[in-house]
Amino acid sequence: MTTALILVPIGGALWVWIAPWRSARSAGGLALLVALAELALWIGTAFNFDFSDQGLQLQQQQSWFTDLGVSYHVGLFDFSLWLVGLTAVVTTAAIGYGFWSQRARPAGYLGLILFLEGATVGVFTAQDLLLFYVFWEAMMIPLYVLIGVWGGPARLAATVKFIVYTLAGSLLMLVAIIALGLKQGSFDMFEIGRGAGNTWIFLGFAAAFAVKAPLWPFHGWLPDAYRESPPEVAAILSGVISKAAAYGFLRIALPSFPGSISDLRTPILVLASIGLIYGSLLAFRAPDLRGVVAYSSLAQMNLIVIGLFAVNDSGVSGALLQMINHGLISAALFLTAGAIERRATTGDLRLLGGMARGRPILATLFITTGVIALAVPGSSAFAGEFLVLNGIFTRGWGWAVVGAVAMVLAAMYVLRLVSAVLHLDPGSAVPDAALDLRPAETSVILPLVAVLLVLSFWPAAITDHSFGGSPSKAVPSGYRHIVHEGNLP
Amino acid sequence: MSNFQSPTIDWAALSPELILLGGASICLVLTLFLPWGWRRPFCAAVAAACFVGAGAAAIVLFVMDDAGRAVIVDAIRRDRLAEFGQILVAGSGLLAVGASFGWERNERDRIGEYYALLLSAAAGMAFFVAASNLMTLFLGLEWFSISLYVLTAIAVAWLPSLEAGLKYLIVGSFGSAILLFGSAFVYGATGAISFSGIAAGAAGADHLLFVMGLALILVGLGFKMSAAPFHMWTPDVYQGAPTPVTAFMSAATKVAALIATMRLLVTAFPSEARLWTITLAVIACISLAWGNIGALVQTDIKRLLAYSSISHAGFLLIPIAVGTPLGGRALLFYLISYAAMNLGAFAIVAARERELARPLTFDGLAGLGWERPMLGIAMSLFMFGFIGLPPAGLFLGKFYAFSAAIDRGWTWLAIVGVVATVVSIYYYVGVIGAMYFQRPVEVRVAPAGGSPPRDVGLSLTILLAVAVTVGSFIVAQPLLDIARHSVSFLGFPH
Repeated sequence: MTTALILVPIGGALWVWIAPWRSARSAGGLALLVALAELALWIGTAFNFDFSDQGLQLQQQQSWFTDLGVSYHVGLFDFSLWLVGLTAVVTTAAIGYGFWSQRARPAGYLGLILFLEGATVGVFTAQDLLLFYVFWEAMMIPLYVLIGVWGGPARLAATVKFIVYTLAGSLLMLVAIIALGLKQGSFDMFEIGRGAGNTWIFLGFAAAFAVKAPLWPFHGWLPDAYRESPPEVAAILSGVISKAAAYGFLRIALPSFPGSISDLRTPILVLASIGLIYGSLLAFRAPDLRGVVAYSSLAQMNLIVIGLFAVNDSGVSGALLQMINHGLISAALFLTAGAIERRATTGDLRLLGGMARGRPILATLFITTGVIALAVPGSSAFAGEFLVLNGIFTRGWGWAVVGAVAMVLAAMYVLRLVSAVLHLDPGSAVPDAALDLRPAETSVILPLVAVLLVLSFWPAAITDHSFGGSPSKAVPSGYRHIVHEGNLP
Repeated sequence: MSNFQSPTIDWAALSPELILLGGASICLVLTLFLPWGWRRPFCAAVAAACFVGAGAAAIVLFVMDDAGRAVIVDAIRRDRLAEFGQILVAGSGLLAVGASFGWERNERDRIGEYYALLLSAAAGMAFFVAASNLMTLFLGLEWFSISLYVLTAIAVAWLPSLEAGLKYLIVGSFGSAILLFGSAFVYGATGAISFSGIAAGAAGADHLLFVMGLALILVGLGFKMSAAPFHMWTPDVYQGAPTPVTAFMSAATKVAALIATMRLLVTAFPSEARLWTITLAVIACISLAWGNIGALVQTDIKRLLAYSSISHAGFLLIPIAVGTPLGGRALLFYLISYAAMNLGAFAIVAARERELARPLTFDGLAGLGWERPMLGIAMSLFMFGFIGLPPAGLFLGKFYAFSAAIDRGWTWLAIVGVVATVVSIYYYVGVIGAMYFQRPVEVRVAPAGGSPPRDVGLSLTILLAVAVTVGSFIVAQPLLDIARHSVSFLGFPH
């Protein structure tokens, strides 16, 4: 089952690439069908999933090469199930949007997005360090091509920056993986966490995750990559790929390096706090639509890292909930941004404005997403951020103050964005004839917002169904299963 | 002289070399009696058949031999390490024939010679990897080197080819001379030329003489494997030589030189292991630095791949330098996909050169990915693979090489490798960027005229290279077992 979740999109990608298409429409249609099939497969998996079981489910293991103890080992934890679901939902929306906006060379384009989906699901399910690394690198290749071929005018510089940053991080992770794997004689993730790791190895892993998330100050690639990507690629990049980094912290760093985590908690929290405030301030100052979303994404990822490094029930659960929230929010915002840029041919906020008048669907969806993004009480983002702040409060009230300040800043940049786009006088770049969201656009953005609304009413859908569904204990018990009892800092 | 006993000769052990030399003779002689039109297909078929035959003979020997043994009074060894090298050389030769077929129509007058030299170079390498004393080592080295000098200059009507041939001849002879000089020192110190004799005589040897000999031999071998700082010839020769020759040279020479180096150091100089391990590690670092930095500023693709080859000499020296069985396995496994990827990449360069009828630069690559999607995907695979990304076997090769370094406790060497890899990303992805990211309106590439040539030989070569590259990633275990069997009898110093 888990293997099927990986192979359906990858096989679909190959099919889309190889089949001789008569028209762009049929290639796009097939890609969309594959994405929907993956989503259906995930829903089926979720229904068959035993949320009371804390351990690894639906696992599969096959030896790859023996002398270093590497195997193809995949499986799902309850928290990875949610991230796989996020991947399936966001990718489906992105493919729908890409299909509708008729990109050039659709077979190559949509096939690469499907391949990316398969690799990402692989990252979320791999239980072997080398396999994890393989999927991790496999995520980067399609992203590189997607930005480089279909990106904006400054795409070449953006791709080089992106690939050098991320590969530099991930190669350090490779060294760490080798060092760790050789030390314990096996690359299986269940073998790590027995205290084999030292701080250098932890830093190797942290380098890869910090670049990909990104944690301040490793975010140099982020603004260019988010601005130059096609909107649906930016949606995946910020919605899903950044979560792979947070997942890496959650699945590998926290359980395996308890000593390093408690030693390095303060420096990492300092970096994340700076990133949170810095990202929020830049989002407030950014001159363009995508810049605001990109920097807010930076801020949110740093908040998630803060929650993870609280390493307690509330912080980790909140971080997971916030990963799902932010994935959906930023995907919805980037797709909406794409729709707006399509109409105004620019994302420059000075040239936008007044788009609400006569465009009720755009205005409603945009404001709803924005309000959830600024974590208004009652929204799912509020639930997530509250849990994160509650978790980090126990580590020191100062961190929680930083988080609370960032929530205020979030309100400022989101409201600025909403008013600059929707309200004020009609911008010079907004033609009067610019249409409201077309049905096709609505049909990809609306589901994302709908899921967010459902989660706002019922955030426990995720918090009660992850880490073995026992949030009352000090440490999530499902998580404890990975951590090897009593090993947690 | 009357009591001279002629040695018994194990002809089976020599079968790969004999098959290749036989093919060379056929190409050279029989071709003269054929009508012009038949010569190309005939020679190509003979060469391909001989490479397949030599490879098959080596495989049979590999399966039969479980312990190594001496051949012709220990002049060469018949063991799995040699046979592994011979299989790789024969495979490289086969792919090189595919890459040559179609190109040599410009060299109609020299068809027989071309294939004969290709076969003889491969035979020299097959002999070289089996060499078990300093004389045969030198003999094998000169044998394949002289063939390659001529092959480099074979396009006599094209000035860069002649220039490259001359450069290669001068610098290569210089390297060979240094190797010979070093051999003389070692012989002077120990009184032995066989590898085992040197190891046995090392204890009572004049230490200074002995170490100087070792150093000179390493320099001579460094020339052949194009490790920095002995790499000066590489970019010029790779650029000037006809592309199919470059393809063969870049893959097979490296295989032969590295395997012979490992055998020599491990069997003849175990007493100086402390010295040569650290020396090779330093050479590896220099190669990684020089190759990668040099590659950053190249615009010609063949030159770029030449610098990439220098940097990979660095990566390949890491597993030898650590001097452990894990390192030995890593080297051999690395070589499999490295040879295939080099041949494939140069074959794609050759394909584009034939289309444009001029040397290939970054501008010449523009649009290749979209015009010829299969070539584009293959080239992307090779470039991502050279960086060390899945799904290329080289990823596991690098993984093993770094593992060997870390296992030995030389994490710093692995870190140097990682830093070099990060630098290399820039130019490897630059190639992919040139193929895909340039929009047709931005760069105008005019083909030489007519529709692009569809060379079956080239396509098959690239297909095979892709198959080996991806195959060595997926079915890693059997290949690792083969690598393990190939080095299991060597007494590594660590």
